[in-house]
Amino acid sequence: MNSNSLVSISDISKEDILCLLERARYFEEHPDHKILDGRVVATLFFEPSTRTRLSFETAVNRLGGRVIGFSDASTTSSSKGETLKDTIKMVSNYVDLIIMRHYLEGAARYATEVTDVPVINAGDGANQHPSQTMLDLYSIYKTQGTLENLTITMVGDLKYGRTVHSLLMAMRYFNPTFRFVACEELRMPAEYKDFCDKNGIRYSEHTDFSADVINSSDIIYMTRVQRERFTDIMEYEKVKNLYTLHNAMLDGSRDNLRILHPLPRVNEIDYDVDDNPKAYYFQQARNGLYARQAIICKALGIDILKEAQK
Amino acid sequence: MNTCKKELAVAALQNGTVIDHIPSSVLFKAVKILGIEKLQTHVTIGNNLDSEKLGSKGIIKVADVFFPETTLNRIALIAPSAKVNIIRDFEVVEKHQVSLPETIVGIVRCNNPKCITNNEPMKTRFEVIDRDDVTIRCHYCGHCVNSKDAQIS
Repeated sequence: MNSNSLVSISDISKEDILCLLERARYFEEHPDHKILDGRVVATLFFEPSTRTRLSFETAVNRLGGRVIGFSDASTTSSSKGETLKDTIKMVSNYVDLIIMRHYLEGAARYATEVTDVPVINAGDGANQHPSQTMLDLYSIYKTQGTLENLTITMVGDLKYGRTVHSLLMAMRYFNPTFRFVACEELRMPAEYKDFCDKNGIRYSEHTDFSADVINSSDIIYMTRVQRERFTDIMEYEKVKNLYTLHNAMLDGSRDNLRILHPLPRVNEIDYDVDDNPKAYYFQQARNGLYARQAIICKALGIDILKEAQK
Repeated sequence: MNTCKKELAVAALQNGTVIDHIPSSVLFKAVKILGIEKLQTHVTIGNNLDSEKLGSKGIIKVADVFFPETTLNRIALIAPSAKVNIIRDFEVVEKHQVSLPETIVGIVRCNNPKCITNNEPMKTRFEVIDRDDVTIRCHYCGHCVNSKDAQIS
């Protein structure tokens, strides 16, 4: 087990988060700092995820490291019945860092237990995806100048949305106020509301995506409402357009408001929002590169700010 | 006289372990947790016996076996009320309640079919997050389960 591994956002402290944000900012200013010369990084994608993989691989390349790996488990020995443990053990012989995505929940945690090479979790089923949370935090920090005392509205699928759950947990250090906007079927689960109660986080629940909610928000975090989440398809048809954001809805919003979305979007943000300066989802994806550069360096025990002073 | 007969409803042990005050509904889960089916010594299992505290209780008597404390404490997961009596030469030499450990390795199956533990040859691991109503959380996938719904593997 390597203590530099990043499996879950709940494993990292407030200090770690702030450290990573500061280093992400450095990488935004110096994206091509070749600090990983001679290092080899494995990207093991047991489940395809083009966006996340490209972002991680770009991060390694821009840092001057080399990448090996696979983007689909069907071409590997796991399709022959090799266990995850054996695959991780084998790859550990070759590389300095493993970045892995897996369709099974808990896979990354288990991987850290069978190898001494640091592991970064790039998503394990519906469980954790900490680099997404770091890029969300960096996007909030960058656009608001702080993470403290913000009002964050989460909209759409709050029941199954992994990104909103992780973001909610990561924000516990920063005194946020949450507004949860969702239909009855996709409400924020009780365990996360309990989490808010235990951590003294204020929140309110709404079924209506109203002007009041929008106009009092610093961040609106949109998520995709997926048809397959509904047991009753009629219910989906009823709610699918209720949580779509249109440009006109932003008329009375705060100047500092920014719209985030983990992407891909379908119809939950109308295309007329894209040209509004408050739309931030494409820059948000770009921030993923800097956040991941910071995460990779941390996992390898490299402090880029110290290295930059040399 | 009656009292005496009642006490002897289950045969006395010369040496061994008696686990008493197990709620009837979980008796056979406790049998499974202790791995009693693999034992070769005398085993007496009683169930649906009258109990003032529980209404109906089960009891397990195992001759000539003294379980490690960690094994006995696993029962706390499903029967926090269970009492352990260590018998030597027909005398109870030690009597204590089982106590719930902080982590439970390898007895409970995770209810989440997409959990890595259900798909790899590995031991499960749970952390106790609520001692009062005995809720445990999978160390790997994070799913929580109340001990009364826990599947014993």
